[in-house]
This record gives sequence, C-alpha cells and structure tokens, in this order.
Amino acid sequence: MNFALQVLHVSGPYVLAALAGTFSELGGVINIALEGILLDGALAAVLAAYWTGSPWLGVLAGVAAGILTAALHAFACLRYEVDQVVSGLAVNFLAAGLCRFLLELVFGSSSNSLRVETVGSWGPLDPFLVLLLLLVLAAHWAVYKTSFGLRLRSVGEHPQAAATLGVPVLRMRLWGVLLSGALAGLGGAWMSLSQHQFTDGMSGGRGYIALAAVIIGGWTPLGAAAAALFFGAAEAAQIVLQTYGLRVPTQFVQMLPFALTLAAVGGLLGRRLPPAADGIPYSEEQD
Amino acid sequence: MRALIKSEGRWITAAAALSLAVLLLGVVGLGRNPALVLRLMVSRVLLSPYGLGQTLYKTTTLIFTGLACALAFRCGLFNIGAEGQVYAGGFLMTAVGLALPGLPAVLLIPLLLVVSALGGGLWALLPGYLKAKRGAHEVITTMMMNFIALALTNYLVMARFHVPETIHTQELPAAASLPLAGAFARTFQGSAVNASLLVALALAAAVWYFLWRTPLGFELRAVGANPEAARSSGVPVESRLFLILVASGALAGLAGVNFILGYKHYFEQGFAAEEGFLGIAVALVAKNHPVGVVFAALLFALLSQAGLALNTVIPRELFEILQSAVIFIVVICQNRLGEKA
Repeated sequence: MNFALQVLHVSGPYVLAALAGTFSELGGVINIALEGILLDGALAAVLAAYWTGSPWLGVLAGVAAGILTAALHAFACLRYEVDQVVSGLAVNFLAAGLCRFLLELVFGSSSNSLRVETVGSWGPLDPFLVLLLLLVLAAHWAVYKTSFGLRLRSVGEHPQAAATLGVPVLRMRLWGVLLSGALAGLGGAWMSLSQHQFTDGMSGGRGYIALAAVIIGGWTPLGAAAAALFFGAAEAAQIVLQTYGLRVPTQFVQMLPFALTLAAVGGLLGRRLPPAADGIPYSEEQD
Repeated sequence: MRALIKSEGRWITAAAALSLAVLLLGVVGLGRNPALVLRLMVSRVLLSPYGLGQTLYKTTTLIFTGLACALAFRCGLFNIGAEGQVYAGGFLMTAVGLALPGLPAVLLIPLLLVVSALGGGLWALLPGYLKAKRGAHEVITTMMMNFIALALTNYLVMARFHVPETIHTQELPAAASLPLAGAFARTFQGSAVNASLLVALALAAAVWYFLWRTPLGFELRAVGANPEAARSSGVPVESRLFLILVASGALAGLAGVNFILGYKHYFEQGFAAEEGFLGIAVALVAKNHPVGVVFAALLFALLSQAGLALNTVIPRELFEILQSAVIFIVVICQNRLGEKA
C-alpha cells in the first residue's frame, strides 16, 4: 500500500472524530465524550457484524451507538445542565466499562472480540475513504452554506440573540451533539472493522486528539480535518520509519498533537477563538 | 450542623437510593441474587481486613487527587490534569530518590514528599501561565499536559530507567519506604494501606484550614465565587489563578507517594490508572469540600474494591459502570435537590 493511502487509512477515525467535535462545539457544547463515542461505535459495529454477518449493518450499528452515546451526553448537558466537561468524562468512563462488560458477556474475553469481516472494496475504491471525502465536503457545506449551519453557529456564538430571532437553542444544540455522535460512531466503526475486531481500549486517546484537532483547526470542519490528517500522517510516518529501522521513539510522536495544541492555545500558531458560548449552558427559562 | 445535614441530606439520600437501584438492576439483569451480592459486598469488602485495607489504600490516592480537583474547583478552575500531575510528581520523586541512596529516612522522606509536590506543581506551571497570561482554557491545557506526561514518563522509563523485562524503575532505597499499616495492626497484614493515608488526611485538614481560615484562602474562594467582584475589591485575579493551578498540581503530585513510597517503591508506567480522572468525580461528589473529599474517596474506593472482590460472582465491569452512573446521578441530584455549593 502506498504511503498516501496508508495515511488516509490511519487518519480516517481521527478526521471523523474531529468533524464530530467541530459540530458539537460550533453549537456550543464541548464534547469530551468523543473518546467514549468512538469506543461504543467500534464495539457496536463489531457486535452487529458478528451477529448478522454483514459489515454494512455493523457500520450502521456503529453510527447508531454513536448517536445513542452522544444522546446521553446531550441529555445530561442540555436537560439537566450537568457541566459539559464532567458529563463528557463520565460518558468516557461509562463507555470503557460498558465495552469491557459486553466484551466479557458476548465473547467471554476482556481483551478482544472474535474476528469479523470488514466492508468490501468498491472496485479500486475503499468505501470508507469515499465516505470520508464526501463527509468532509458535506460538513463544510452544511456549516457554511446551509441555514442549518447558520443556526447551529448562532446558538454556539450567542444563544440569547439566536433565541430572540426564534432559533430553538436547545434543539439546535441537540442536533449538533447528535450529529457529532453519528460522525464519531462512524469513526469507531471504521476503527474496529478495519482491524477485523474490537480490542479493549482501542480508541487509545483518539477522541482527545480529535479535540486537539478541533482547536488547531480553529473550529472549522476543513481546518479540523486537515489537523487530524496531519496527526494521522505523523502516526503513519512513524510506523513506516520503524519498518526501515529508523526508530523515532513512539512517545514523541504521541506527544506531538498535544504539544501543538498547547502552542495553538498559547497563541503561537495565530489567534484562534472558540465559539463565544462554547461550554456555557443555556436554559430556556432565562430572559 | 443540623442545617447542613438537612440541606445535604436530601440529595445524598436520593443519590444513594438511585445508585443502589442501578446496582440491583444490573445484578438482577445478570440473573444473580441481589441479597447474595449485597451480603458479599459487606463480608468481602467492609468486614474483611484485607478488603478494608485495600479499600483504604485506594482511598488514599483518591484523597490526594480529589483534593487537587476540589481546590481548583473551589476557586473556579477545572484541573483535569491531575492524572498527568500524578505521573510528573511520581517520576520526579523516584528520580531524586534513586539519585540519593545514602540519606537517612528522616531527611529522605520529607524531601521526597516535597519533590513529588514540586513535580506535580511543575506540571501545572504551563497551564497556569497560559491561563493567567493568555486566557487559555485550563481544561484544554491540563488535558494536553496529561498525555504529554504519560508519553514522557513512558519514554524516560523505557529509555533510561527501567529494570530489564519490566516497565518499572529500580526500587528506591529502603530509607524511602513509608510503613505499611500491617506493620502496626495485624488485621491489615497483606494489604497495601500505608502511612500515606495519614499524609492524605493531614493534607485534607490543611486544605480546609487554608481555604476557610486564612486570608489568602478567602481570596481564592472569592475568585472562584465571582472573579469580577474579587477583581474590583483589589484581588490580583490572574496571579491567583496561576497560584491555584500550581497548588492543585502539587496536591495531585503527592498522590504518587501512596504507590511509590508506601507500596511498590518504584515508578511504574501508567501506575495511576485513571485515578487522576476519578479525582474529578471525588471532588464533585464532595461538593469540593475537603472533608467531603475523604468520604467521597472512600465511596469510589469501595466501589472499585467491591468490583475486584466480587469478580467471581458478577463481572467487575458492572462496578465500573456503576461508578460512572454515580457521577451522573450525584450531579443531577445536586443540581435538583441540593443547595448551591
């Protein structure tokens, strides 16, 4: 496999999770739950593929599980105004425990599932890569060229003003989070199906790296996707270098996204501002 | 006191009832006998000296990380970097301990306690600076520092410090050991609970004293309650924010003392295993009060020890799920039923 394709394959789940984070935060909801959503999506995909024998149903199940997990986050944050960071961390805990629990229950192992088939290729094309390209373009279009995107950004930027104009703030935020769940759930399905199995903790911090990509990408879909692609490329490059016997310590490649994010929020990579109401709860009753 | 019990009693009762309901639902759902499970929880965790010892050992670490998060929360900051600060403090303490083989215990142990706090504080320095000078959100910066700490200590252990075939360092000199509780009380023999628990309890008292009985503590709470009001009454808010994050990091940095000085005597990759994150849950349940932290730490330690002790009867993952359910339940009950913290 040539290097460009390998980069795309490694980056796929990062890019999807980064798009997911962008949608959620544009609507004003911080989504630290991405890590848990990836994990739930990955397990659901393998379970469905295992039970039905159809990897495509696996993909659907991954998306559905992602939406469900995100719905829990949305329910806690929007309905009960639980702090978004707290809810996100709790969702991640829950997902980690739940996945191990189901793994044990279904496969009798706490470390990995049985092998499943992945989606077949479309001629020379990998369906995941086709989907990825379409989704990145669609995300950009949805955010900047549709009234949905405008309304979503308005509730993330200034919910009171949006409400005055008749935008249903909480419902728009809910859509942002659910869309986020669908995208990250797909990312999870990609992660597990392309490995032909689910392994415990396989999200491996990708959800957090995606958050980093959202920040470095300046809360835009294309920016976040590009940053995620860069992190994927760094990981792929490290794998390739290792096969040539050039050993860059893994740990330094692992640090890269986080160090860059610190530089970004420190203002070293130019000024980037989050949506003004990002992370601030909104209650319908308030004036 | 009575008013406190009344105002806190409502949400605590509701949260406890709901959490128990979730546990029983899970147990019944798995087709196990709920009475048996409850009985085993009491006999294998609370009434078994080993189980209680292990619970207290886990409680100790969670008191440190819970205090770290509670101190920051109290002052309006969200330190989710306790995990990384635990590794930074633990590693620095181990490196210094290994470099000073000849010191007697009376010098070495206090020195290592200070060094571990320094390491944790050091790891919060950059987030504190970025918060104070650049307004960078501490959730993002402390989270990023977590991953950097984990990767960096993994690298240092594997590249420089590890004992071949293991993922941990050499053992520290014997003078650096804190005594196990089993050395004094026969009942605790074989369990890991050690003198670090006393350090943790003393620290809880110190944090309480600092926040409620000193002028600086009052200022910090004022910054947390209303930064603008604090600013207009002359508090240098930015430098206080910096101070809080570094102090919070120092508290978290001390958590490694329990594992390293009290139990294994070496630094091991990933030894904190999410205890930094659980510190956030502990602080929440405690409503950021140092005394509450002690009890909340005990609660989460009990749940995790129960998971291990009952693994033969029900999968311990059920207790992991319960821990996260408790977080949701507690926060929602507090929002709905409790007085504002």
